[in-house]
Amino acid sequence: MRAAGALGCLALGAYAATILVRDPTLWPSIPWMLVWFAGALLLHDLVLFPLYAAADRVLRMLPATPVPLVNHVRLPLLGAGLTLLVYLPGIVRQGEPTAIAATGLGQEPHLARWLWLVAAMAAVSALVWVVRVTTRSAAGG
Amino acid sequence: MRIRWRSPIRGPWLTSVLGLVLLCTLPVVIVTGLLDWIAYGPRFGQAIPADVGGLHLPVFDWPTRPAWLFRLTQGLHVGLGIVLVPVVLAKLWSVIPKLFTALPRNPLKALERLSLVLLVGGILFEIVTGLLNIQYDYVFGFSFYAAHYVGAWVFVAGFVLHVALKLPAMVRGLRSRSLRAELRTPLAGTRPEPPGELVAPEPDPPTMSRRGALAVVGGGALLLAGLTVGQSVDALRPTALLLPRGRTAPGEFPVNRTFVASGIAPAAIGEAWRLDLGAVRLTRAELAALPQHTADLPIACVEGWSTEQTWTGVRLRDLAALAGVPQPGSAVVESVEAGPFARATLTSAQVLDPDSLLALRVNGADLSADHGFPARVIVPALPGVHCTKWVRAIGFRT
Repeated sequence: MRAAGALGCLALGAYAATILVRDPTLWPSIPWMLVWFAGALLLHDLVLFPLYAAADRVLRMLPATPVPLVNHVRLPLLGAGLTLLVYLPGIVRQGEPTAIAATGLGQEPHLARWLWLVAAMAAVSALVWVVRVTTRSAAGG
Repeated sequence: MRIRWRSPIRGPWLTSVLGLVLLCTLPVVIVTGLLDWIAYGPRFGQAIPADVGGLHLPVFDWPTRPAWLFRLTQGLHVGLGIVLVPVVLAKLWSVIPKLFTALPRNPLKALERLSLVLLVGGILFEIVTGLLNIQYDYVFGFSFYAAHYVGAWVFVAGFVLHVALKLPAMVRGLRSRSLRAELRTPLAGTRPEPPGELVAPEPDPPTMSRRGALAVVGGGALLLAGLTVGQSVDALRPTALLLPRGRTAPGEFPVNRTFVASGIAPAAIGEAWRLDLGAVRLTRAELAALPQHTADLPIACVEGWSTEQTWTGVRLRDLAALAGVPQPGSAVVESVEAGPFARATLTSAQVLDPDSLLALRVNGADLSADHGFPARVIVPALPGVHCTKWVRAIGFRT
């Protein structure tokens, strides 16, 4: 029963792949699609994950303060990393000619906007830390 | 290779909570995506990819009401897809120790483990191709539509198996501790889960409570929602800071494919332009002299963005009557432009809807060249790509 389920699902996946075979104009692209499929998987598991695990490890070396700094550094970094990942093409202006042909506008402002966004997140985080420190010491902590 | 897993909050409960969120939301992303394949009109061979065997929802003629239908389905597909990226990444983080365990010897279990390639590879492939597409970055070089559609079904195959296998574990995980209690547990009270799968045997002291971790994931989703909603809501457009559709030229609304990019010679849309209806050919002045109708209609594109504007022009059904086919079975609209989207076939209902227009003006002024001068089609709920610009001919068929 479980075997049937597992095989059934793999069969569905294989059937989906046959869509690519039905259109001869797609045949040359099939190897590239496989590369990107495998690449996304490997990039996440073997590059992206180790990178943020290592970065998180570095956070532990922050100096100990009455109100811990860890999350006040971690959160803006996470926000910066997430927005950089999701909006990367616009920020590095890859594909700009296509964007201009489509929208009539370039992607030049995106890098500056992202940097301002990151600065704002860092500033808010720093402000909250300062508030936490002052309320803590005001409470006699 | 012995890896020391350090997080004290990693465990079945956290994974189950994230899993439940994805279980409830990913089907919406999948179904809206499949619906939008239907919106392109598979009956006329316009869906892309055209031949998908049986892998599609039951086909129906895309309606014209509500007028915001495609705006909703594609806006939701792209918007929810973006918003779920941090949830997907968090879920992968929560289960990653299992990646580094040995493949089971039992062939069935090994097969089930290998099916995770479809699940994880599938979702990452969909996220990557989707994000690249909406930002016009075709660095991957292959057909986005075909790859994204196939990738979706590959993911569905892995997803169905994963849910079938893991649902009991997810329920057990959710029951193992109370959500309400966790939401009240501060950092000082955060303890590792009982020893078991995913739980680190020697974790570091916690730096974030579980409720904190969930808040961070939710916060990431909210951040992306805030940066994305503007591409679909005119009043909030400038908030989509980092998306192509967050900006417009002053006084303009978003364009998809500029006049320059269309490759049309300016003379082709000048004085010599005629609208060819088969039985009759009209100049722009003759079109403007016909009874005009004005409608507020949204126009929405496959990249998930949309905008609502006020269009003025001749009703398509009036043109059909003029062409001698007052009750057409379908209509083929052709553009001056040559290219993959240079023609679109409309259903009878799409032609006869009272708000379906051959627009000459938008927001009280003549269409600009970028927006399809001298005339463009606008039909309620129709994907923007089929609202043909720089129309040259409309063939009404019985």
